[in-house]
Amino acid sequence: MSLTSLSAVEQSRKLQAGEVSAVDLARAYLDRIDEHNPGVGAFLRYDAERALTAARHIDERRKAGEPLGPLAGVPVAVKDILAEQGERTTCASRMLEEFRAPYDSTVIARLKAADAVLLGRLNMDEFAMGGSTENSALGKTSNPWDLKCSPGGSSGGSAAAVAADFAPLTIGTDTGGSIRQPAAFCGITGMKPTYGRVSRFGLVAFASSLDQVGPMARSAEDLALLYGAIAGHDPQDSTSLNQPIGDLSTISQPLKGLRIGYAKEHFAAGLDGEVDEAVRTALKVYEALGATLVEVSLPHSKYAVATYYVIAPCEASSNLARYDGVHYGYRSDVAKITAELSAQRAALEEAGERRAAEDLDTPLVRMYRQSRSEAFGPEVKRRIMLGTYALSAGYYDAYYLKALKVRRLIRQDFDKVFEQVDVLAGPTTATPAFELGSLVDDPLAMYLVDLYTVSANLAGVPAMSLPCGFSKSGLPIGLQLQAKPLAEETLLRAAYMYQNETEWHLQRPAL
Amino acid sequence: MPDYTTIIGLEVHVQLATKSKLFCRCSTQFGAEPNTQTCPVCIGMPGSLPVMNREALNLALKTAVALNCTIPPMTKWDRKQYYYPDLPKGYQISQYDMPMSEHGFLEIADSKDRFETKQVRILRAHLEEDAGKSVHDEVAGRADSMIDLNRTGTPLLEIVSEPDMRSGLEARAYLDELKLLLTYIGVSDCNMQEGSLRVDANVNLHIAASDGKIATPIVEIKNMNSFRAVERAIDYEARRQYDVWQETGAKIGDVPKQTRGWDDNAGVTRGQRSKEESSDYRYFPDPDLVPVKFSEAEVQTARESLGELPAALRSRLQAEHALSVYDSEVLVNQGVDVVAYYLAAVEVAGDGKAVCNWVSQDVLRVLKESEANIADFGISAKSLGEFVGKLKAGDLPSARGREVFDVMLEEGIDVDQAMQKLGIEEIDESELVGICQSLLEKNPKIVEDVKGGKQQAVGALIGQAKKQNPNADPGRVRQICLDLIAQM
Repeated sequence: MSLTSLSAVEQSRKLQAGEVSAVDLARAYLDRIDEHNPGVGAFLRYDAERALTAARHIDERRKAGEPLGPLAGVPVAVKDILAEQGERTTCASRMLEEFRAPYDSTVIARLKAADAVLLGRLNMDEFAMGGSTENSALGKTSNPWDLKCSPGGSSGGSAAAVAADFAPLTIGTDTGGSIRQPAAFCGITGMKPTYGRVSRFGLVAFASSLDQVGPMARSAEDLALLYGAIAGHDPQDSTSLNQPIGDLSTISQPLKGLRIGYAKEHFAAGLDGEVDEAVRTALKVYEALGATLVEVSLPHSKYAVATYYVIAPCEASSNLARYDGVHYGYRSDVAKITAELSAQRAALEEAGERRAAEDLDTPLVRMYRQSRSEAFGPEVKRRIMLGTYALSAGYYDAYYLKALKVRRLIRQDFDKVFEQVDVLAGPTTATPAFELGSLVDDPLAMYLVDLYTVSANLAGVPAMSLPCGFSKSGLPIGLQLQAKPLAEETLLRAAYMYQNETEWHLQRPAL
Repeated sequence: MPDYTTIIGLEVHVQLATKSKLFCRCSTQFGAEPNTQTCPVCIGMPGSLPVMNREALNLALKTAVALNCTIPPMTKWDRKQYYYPDLPKGYQISQYDMPMSEHGFLEIADSKDRFETKQVRILRAHLEEDAGKSVHDEVAGRADSMIDLNRTGTPLLEIVSEPDMRSGLEARAYLDELKLLLTYIGVSDCNMQEGSLRVDANVNLHIAASDGKIATPIVEIKNMNSFRAVERAIDYEARRQYDVWQETGAKIGDVPKQTRGWDDNAGVTRGQRSKEESSDYRYFPDPDLVPVKFSEAEVQTARESLGELPAALRSRLQAEHALSVYDSEVLVNQGVDVVAYYLAAVEVAGDGKAVCNWVSQDVLRVLKESEANIADFGISAKSLGEFVGKLKAGDLPSARGREVFDVMLEEGIDVDQAMQKLGIEEIDESELVGICQSLLEKNPKIVEDVKGGKQQAVGALIGQAKKQNPNADPGRVRQICLDLIAQM
């Protein structure tokens, strides 16, 4: 059995026991990445020397008997959206292609403090906007189960890396389902914690009130290991929650008398038959384990996607304003702009078009305009325009304010549901992974892939996806579990119970 | 005289005296090398997040209660979006529809009675972060522009008045009183040169017409760098608007609100490109910052921390120390340190009016000439009190007071030492009578003149008496001489 097929928990145990060195483990993964990343494209960048040096350092410290962090020697790869001091943090955008962060994000700092071996940076949709990782300006990522298919998005690189055994643990971010949907498509386990549970400091913002960093792994047990290392209060993030995280060593204890809710709205028209069947079978597994099934309702869930696609673009339009070509990031060629403008002005004046000449951009305005025009991809531009429009004078009340009100109703739906049940279970996505390119010309269809996942972000509740079956064509199917705020421990235990009974999470794609 | 009323509202940006910025821990010290007081948060680096500086909020709260504002139980932060090279995030964190305070007032008065005492209403005072600074290098036509982000994120309190002022003079009085209040409670140094206090004025006219009144379009005047400039700019702008109205008849609503810059050298306002402004800032609540709650207790604590405010202090000086309105204004307007100095001197001298005369005339003159603060003044409050006390008791001839004061100041010595140094000592009555006696004997002409009714002739003897003994008090010499002549 190869080292890369062991779980992170097993790897950690072997490292502690001295049966395996961090260097051996890192080298095993790096070899696998060297071999298969060209086909999968999960990593945008990885640095073998750097990873091996870090691993060697940990081995030495272990040998010297120094105390080590909870992830000591375990490889972790990170979505290219978390600032890492001195390293490039591109968000898979031309805009930040050369940007090197001058500081560590809290999550990176905690991974370092936990003595994880950082392997490299994973592909994503540009600025985390998208559901297929096809919006990356810097590379293509395929689904390891079928290279013709999308790994999902926006944390497609993070999901594909786990599925392809490029890393036992990865970090993703989830604004509308960007951890859970790719986890479902790639047959892995991923969790979006409660909003505020994991610090957003150093996470390049897409939609601040929805963004949450989360762990991705093969199993709930591995997930808990990574989650424990990154979660917790951070005074550098005003929205960070100052609440203790539960005792994660207890996740293997079954929840007594688990009450599982399923929402009728999650099994309506549009749900793929195979997904429907796999999820219902999963519910039966829980029933067999002694859980009670309760049918519940989320009456406002039908508005979730619309609400999300008002709030997220509004915040995005604001968050992305800083990329103006002035301070850092991509800047269009100013000399060329100035020359073009004076030529245009001269031509207009010659033609007697005085007014038009006066209306020409100043070089500064043109520099902003052109830098943004050249460096942002179409999906990012689309969302900036949507958000700018929705926040404009006269539209604010009709769109943004209305969306905030619906958001509260969606949250109230969840509050009611979690008075009745411990966990809400349902499909993560309506269909298994779609083929690359099949939805790129249909943005609205692409937005609907978030149908079941966005509510958790709007409500701020924790949610996860774990594999619960395969389609006939061999693509993974995801089961989504949600719980009340701060109940990550409940989710992890419920997932652990399921994974103890099933082997979906142990399946590997043939690469 | 044209029949119009000038309507003026002021927006004042005050930099709060915090050590660190509003949303990060960078220093707010003025004058550092460009871009040395910055961090990922204040320069808007990707991924950075703001964390509120509680001290800034406390200073803002203190100011708001001093301005008699209502403090809502909850306030929040909003983003105000616009592009500018020195605005690193592409938005400014400010407060839009739920400011931290509103509906206050500030009373203004004029001791010269040029306008009636009135309360200028405060619409709101809200906190926001400052932007950076663009530095335009015009050397040799290179026209490089550079950005200094040291100032970004500095806490500003924007105090917006209602349009309650009616002249440049009233606007200036409002600014003087506001600045005084802010420095009294110690929330800002209000240094206009360093940009700690910036003023924009909104001005228009209400012109009387046969069918009611006509309002002219509102103009916002910017770039005024002294209170005097504000006064001049407003007065200029009022006349200009009247001329424009006579020419075009344009009323409010006919043209959009205009921004004009004040050119202090030329003494005129000039139109600024209207293309640069947009009223649509796309405000929305900043999702990176949680709303802030004020408890009753916090507001109460802020209120109790204020100390005695200028208006109350003026009343007290008038009541307890018999000062005139004018005198109390002169002292109080010099700031809390001068008042403390004054009160300490009165404590020793026991005469408020006499001390006030010395402080308001001599002490302030010296401070002005030497551009010094009262803290650096060479005569301590106790020492000045003793000096005034001696003058009042007649132990120091009043004619030599200024002389003694100057020596005390120059040498840094107390009144006794100064008098000793000048050889001033109490002259014996009999000695003085003796001197006068001999002088009268030597000057029969003067005796004749006085007897003939020309009392002022005695004056010539005073100088001679002082020559014989410099401590001779002129008043007493004069009186003794007149008494002796009357007995002759």
